[in-house]
Formats: sequence, structure tokens, C-alpha cells
Amino acid sequence: MSIGQPTLPQKAPLVEIEGLNVGFAGANGGRPVVIDIDLTIHPGECVALVGESGSGKSVTARSLLNLAGERASTRARRFEIKGRDVRGYREADWRNLRGTVTGLVMQDALVSLDPLRTIGQEVGEVISSHKILTDPGSIRERTLDTLRRVGIPNAADRALQYAHQLSGGLRQRALIASAIAANPDLIIADEPTTSLDVTVQAQVLQVLAERIREGAGVLLISHDLAVVAGIADRVIVMRDGKVVDSGPTRDVLTRPRHSYTRQLIAAVPSVRSRGARLASARIEFVATNTESRDSIKITREPLPDRREAGEVVLEVEMISKSFISPKAAGRVRSTVLKDISFDVRAGEVVGIVGESGSGKSTCAKIVLGLLSPDQGEVRLLGRPWAAISEAARRPVRRKLQYIPQDALSSFDPRYRVQDIIAENLAGKPERKRQRERIVSLLELVGLSAEYLERRPRSLSGGQRQRVSIARALAAEPILIVCDEPVSALDICIQAQVLDLLAELQSKLGTALLFISHDLGVIEHLADRVLVFHNGRVIEQGTAEAVLGHPQQPYTQSLLAAVPDIQRGLTARAQQAGVIIASPAQEAEATTGG
Amino acid sequence: MTAPSHRSFERAVPLDRPEDLVVAFETPLPVIADRSRLPVAFIVSVAFVAFLIAAATVPWLFTHFDPLVGDFSEGLKPPGWSHLFGTDRLGRDVFARTIYGTRYSLLIGFGGVAVGLGIGVILGIIAGQRNRILDEAVSRLFDMLSSFPGVLLAMLIVTFLGQGMLNIAIAVGIAGIPKFGRVVRAQTQLVRDADYVTQATIYGLSQWQAFLRHVLPNVLVAIPIIATVYIGSTILIVSGLSFLGLGPQPPTPEWGVMLAESRDVLRVAWWPGVFPGLAITATVIAFSMVGNFLQKKFEGRVA
Repeated sequence: MSIGQPTLPQKAPLVEIEGLNVGFAGANGGRPVVIDIDLTIHPGECVALVGESGSGKSVTARSLLNLAGERASTRARRFEIKGRDVRGYREADWRNLRGTVTGLVMQDALVSLDPLRTIGQEVGEVISSHKILTDPGSIRERTLDTLRRVGIPNAADRALQYAHQLSGGLRQRALIASAIAANPDLIIADEPTTSLDVTVQAQVLQVLAERIREGAGVLLISHDLAVVAGIADRVIVMRDGKVVDSGPTRDVLTRPRHSYTRQLIAAVPSVRSRGARLASARIEFVATNTESRDSIKITREPLPDRREAGEVVLEVEMISKSFISPKAAGRVRSTVLKDISFDVRAGEVVGIVGESGSGKSTCAKIVLGLLSPDQGEVRLLGRPWAAISEAARRPVRRKLQYIPQDALSSFDPRYRVQDIIAENLAGKPERKRQRERIVSLLELVGLSAEYLERRPRSLSGGQRQRVSIARALAAEPILIVCDEPVSALDICIQAQVLDLLAELQSKLGTALLFISHDLGVIEHLADRVLVFHNGRVIEQGTAEAVLGHPQQPYTQSLLAAVPDIQRGLTARAQQAGVIIASPAQEAEATTGG
Repeated sequence: MTAPSHRSFERAVPLDRPEDLVVAFETPLPVIADRSRLPVAFIVSVAFVAFLIAAATVPWLFTHFDPLVGDFSEGLKPPGWSHLFGTDRLGRDVFARTIYGTRYSLLIGFGGVAVGLGIGVILGIIAGQRNRILDEAVSRLFDMLSSFPGVLLAMLIVTFLGQGMLNIAIAVGIAGIPKFGRVVRAQTQLVRDADYVTQATIYGLSQWQAFLRHVLPNVLVAIPIIATVYIGSTILIVSGLSFLGLGPQPPTPEWGVMLAESRDVLRVAWWPGVFPGLAITATVIAFSMVGNFLQKKFEGRVA
């Protein structure tokens, strides 16, 4: 089991847990949410807990701080932190551990940092409350030093700022600073990079990797296998509160034993999965060399053949948009979009990628006719679209539909599934015919007539997004604008929804304008790609050209920052000084044709 | 696929079909947390409200005494087996009068809330639209109305309209307009900007259609809850006004009127005053309990 694992210094483990069970009184039908977990973390080691929402990974991690929740009941055969048996610990004892022995980094830095205190105060408090240092001068010194250690430039100035004044990346680094200020031996990072852009994510991971090199133990919770590949020494895959797979990162990711781990790996969209169904993947092991490195081969079923792109349905010509920020900021005009031009042809998938704040969503709103551009022109089906009145737009609206990120909030809370779809049906069919049409739409998106009477609230995330797709298709549109439609979904569900979209797209020939921050999703799906940066399109062309051979430095840096399982593993192997005779290659193929 | 060679071994594990995966991976979220356990206070309050409504519609089932006619020789009898709550100065049964009084309190309370809601909802919806001038105008009207204490404003209006059950309901209703109007205004603004209203634009609905189909119904779902919360306090104001002689006139067995009548004999007999007082208190508490509970339960489910 130790093949490829970097040899660890034989120090006493920081955490040793055997048979951990965590349950909540009266919840989950009396069944514990974490069942019989073993967990060991050594100093200088990063252990990753991977799993989907509800798998119990956060509860496991938080039980290390006794923060699993007020009504949580924790039992374990063995539960030692730094050699101390913590099973009989009271709240006061735990408080002594937090900060000095264990530090927690959470996902959302904006809500985790006190809005009324500067980040300098926030970090300083950790130092002073643990009585590590007492005189204000040295506390300040230590605070600035900690801020510098996490890579915050101009630490002395930044220390005086509040969380909301910092960018997402700096904010997350400040949160890490507060977690490590008291030099804890163990850092627990709960999805520390989930809401961050890829370039910022890379920086934050760098900060964590630095701490590991300095000898801290890290427990990283993530749903993203690619992130894990680049940083973790060992991986524990959880599902429904149980460990389904665990071992050294390399083994788990290149020789997944459990079918669930294989699904997780195969469901990641990338350029290699283009034109194939994600959820249909089969993983095979081709032993090239009986001894060590197998390469895994992911075989996927192909999607139905695509039609050729037809005539232009949407033309966007030199649109610009700026907003005036509120009076408090001195009425500054900020340009959100500048001279954007592109077109979409019938049956084509055009992807828009860009980091947050790049103007993607504003562009979508203008295309949808919900916002009018300051300059420029949008034409739908060859006729003016942005320039005309809403009343004139109304008859054509059905041709252009929308799939939002948050399906639930886009449904009228009083409506059942059938009411939601019925409202958008093309034409006004009679009652019996209407029901048939709704059922056939539901079947098209992989649901059935059973769902007619359901309320969206009682559906899962993936089912809601399916209803949202059915609703868009009900209008028989020519073009659908999809704004991050899979960003909120777990990876396996994302794979299914992407498959559905791709399949329907090739079957119906509907054009998609697909917005995503996830380059993998765009690579998987899009024919052509637009790269947005600071409100401009800095690069556009076919997906292969833009993402395969990017010309612009920004696109290159964006692509380089995207975590990738293979690249992550290789980079880690090099860091650890392990020489790989034949680097594992992920050969993916598409069967049939 | 070629036949497996000796050098390679295949351990292909086909994944489940997508339909199976839906079941396998996604657990639908629980709809509402703990539906089974209702607080005892809520159950008691609902039972009491039910009793009040019964007493208001069929009071004769609860007592065989006439609330208006008394036997002078039986005047000011303390509570006992023959007269559960005792008798007042004119020998009328206090229990019968309290039971019959429910009708007036509830009627004026409901009437007042109806008037306040009717006007408040319309004004609130107008203020909740995107028109800033209308919003300012209506909001300042709410400020004006709410700058008077409710009882005082209602008194003022009754002075103009004259006494009587209908007028007192109107007066209490007007005093309640800002309460309802402000809630409805906030709710309208919330729903107006909801994603599903944007979606209605994409369906190709006109602004007016989108308003009628999606905004209005989602604003109105909150109203039964607000109404229940405020019925209690409306009944309290009504009793206050009746006590001051601005509502129904004696010998009507209205709780406020009964309180007023009991003042003269309070020194010798506590029961003609205490029992209608308790009735008012219990009614106000019961309605507030029910309203607050509903509010907690359904808050956030709207919009």
C-alpha cells in the first residue's frame, strides 16, 4: 500500500481516530451521519476527505474541533489529538486545543471574518487570546508576520482593512492567517477554495502547501479530486457517512478500487471527454507494467452525432455597458462590458469563460433582453433585439430561453412541476394534449409523469435542474442561454446534467450560449469559446484553438491554474523526489463511433 | 474491443444508468424540519380560538341564561354553582354575558382587521412597485398614520364617524393600515425582484400578466399570517374603545362595556370586572400565539 507514498518522518501522529461515529439526535432517522471512520494525520502530511454534499466529510472534520454541532453525539473507540485522549474533554478543554493545536479555515471568508474588525485585529486576537504573546508591540509584529506568511502583500496596510474591502483571494488568505496565527499543528481546511476563481484558488493552495512543508498537518475537505491530487498525501473518499476508498493519493486516483471513486474520476469533464457521455464512463486498468504504474483507460459512450451549425441566430455587435456605483463611492462609472462582439449559429454551443467580475452574467442579461446595452446592437434571428421595446420583444421571446444556476429560486414557490412547465409551453394546447406534452418533456429530461404533482422544494438539485431544462425546452427555443447551470451540483450529478444537455442539444439542434467559470465544462461541451476578462473578449475561436493553443497570456495563465488530476499527481511526485519511470498516462477513448 | 491479451487484465466496471444514479446519489431535502411535534401552547391556543368561534356563533349552547335580562334579587352574587362567574349589579349572569360578548369582540376584531388589510394591501402593493414617487407618497402616509398611538387615532376617527359597531371597526382598521401596508410593501419588493418573476419576462409575459400570476399571489400568501398576528391587538384596542364608551352601548354584553359597568361595583364585587378582563387577555394571547407560530413556521417559505 506504500508504493509511491513519500516516506514520512516517523513522528507521532497528530490525530489518531478509530471507529468514529457522529450522530444527531432526532435527525437522519436516528442513523449516525458519520459511521465508523478511521483517520490518522501525521505532521507535515495532508490528508484529504473527498465526497459529495451530505457525505459526512464536514461533520467528520468538525468533530476534530468538537464543532460538529450542538446536538451532535460523538463516539469513538480511539480519539487522540497530539497523543491526548480527548473523549472526556469538556468545552473548556476543547477551547484550549482550538487555535493552538487545531485551526479551522472555512469556505466563505466574508462571513467567517467579523465585519466590524480589521483583519489585523482578527489575527491579533488569536494570538492574544491564547496568551502566546502579551505586549501589544510583539502581538502586532507577530500579526504582520503571519499575514506575510500567507502571502498578503503590504501586510502593514492590509492589516488595517476590513474583510469586505479585500478581494476574495486576500480575504481567504486572511482567514488562513487567523487559523495559523497561533501556530497550530493541524489545519483543518473545509472547502477552502470552493468559491474562488481558479487563479486565486492556485494561490490559496500554494499557501496551504507552504504550511505543510513547514511541518503542519492539514486535513483538507474538498469535492474536487483535481485540487486534492495537487496537494494531498492521502485521500479518504466518503459516501453516506462511510469511507468507501482510502489510501495514498496516487493509488486512489490512478487505481481506484471502489466503483464510486471511479465514477468520481470519470465524471470530471475535460477536453478528453468531448463528444462523449460523462456518466457512462467505464474505467479499465491496462497494466502496461505488471509492477507499478498502471494507466487507467476511461471508456465513454459517444453522444449522438451533431448537426452542422446553421445560419446565425444571435449577433452581438460591439456592446458596452457601464454602471454608476452608489453615491458613497463618489459616483464612479465602472465599465462592465466593453466592445463585445460575437455571434451564435443554429445548433452551435458557444462557451463563455471568465473569472467572477469579468462581465459574463451582464452579457447574458443583455442577450436575454433583461438589460439594455449602452452602446452596440444585439440581433436575434436577423432582427433588432436590444434596441426594440419590451412589447415588441415579447412575441419573439419564446425563441430565446434561459437556464439559471439556481433553479429553485426561478420557480414560483406555489407551483408544481407541471404548472412550471405548462406556463412556458409553446402554443396553448388543450388540457389533455397539454398533459401529454408536459409528460413527454419530463421524459425527455429523464423524469417521469410521477413528477407532475411534485413541488420543486421536494426535488433534489439535479432533478430541479432537469425541470428547469424541461421548462426551457417547452417553449421550443432556438437558443438557450445557460448561466452556470451545473455549478451548484455535485460532480456525479453535474455529469448527468451535462450529458442530458449535450444529448438534447444534438437531438434538437438548439443552440446554447453556455456560461461557466469551469474550463473543464466548457472544454467538454463547447464548439467555440469566448474568454472574458475585465469586460472584454480577449480571445475567441474554436474550443480546440483557444483552450488547446491559447495565444493570450491571460488565457494561458487561466488554463495553467486549472487543477488537473494528472498534472497534480505529477507535480507532487516531482516535489517528493520520486522518480517515475513511466509517468502514468490517462488514455481516454471513445468506443464505437 | 479486442479480446483481452495475457498482458492486460480488464476489470471494467460499468456504471449504472443515469436514472439509477439519480436515486443512488441524491437524497431529496427534507421539506420541513420536525412536523410531528407541535408545541403544547400552540395546541391550547388553537383549541381556545376554536372555542371562541363556537361561542360567537352558537352562544346558547354554552349557557341557558339570557345575557340581557337579569333577576334583581340575584344581584352581585359571587361565583358559584348556579352562576359560574357570579352575577352583576342587575343580576345578569356574568358567564352568559362573557360568552355572548365573544361575538362582538370577534366581529369587530375581524372587521377591523379586514378594513385595515383591505386598504393596507392595496396601498402596500402600490408602494412596492418600482415607481419611486408613489412609494414615497404612500410610505409617508404610513408614517403619518403610525405617528399616532393606535387607540388615540381610532378614538379620533370614532369621534368623527360617531359611535357604533361598524364605525369602531372602520376606526380600528384605519389605525392598522400602516402595520399591514408596510409588511405588504416589503413583501412586494421582495417578490418583485425574485428570479421567478424575471423568468416570467423570459416566458414572454407582459408586466401586468407577470404581476397577476406571480407577484400578487406570492404577496398574498403571507396575509393570513399577518392577519392572525394582528387580530389579538385589534381586539384589545376595540375593548379599550368600548370601555371608554365609544363602541357598542349598554346593555350590549361587549367585554369592554362590561369592564366599564363593573367599575362602580369593583369595591364590593371583583367578578363582573375580572372575568371579561380575563376573556380579553386570553383571547389576545391565543391569537398572538397562533399567529406567531404560523409566522415562524412559514417564514421564508414565501418568495
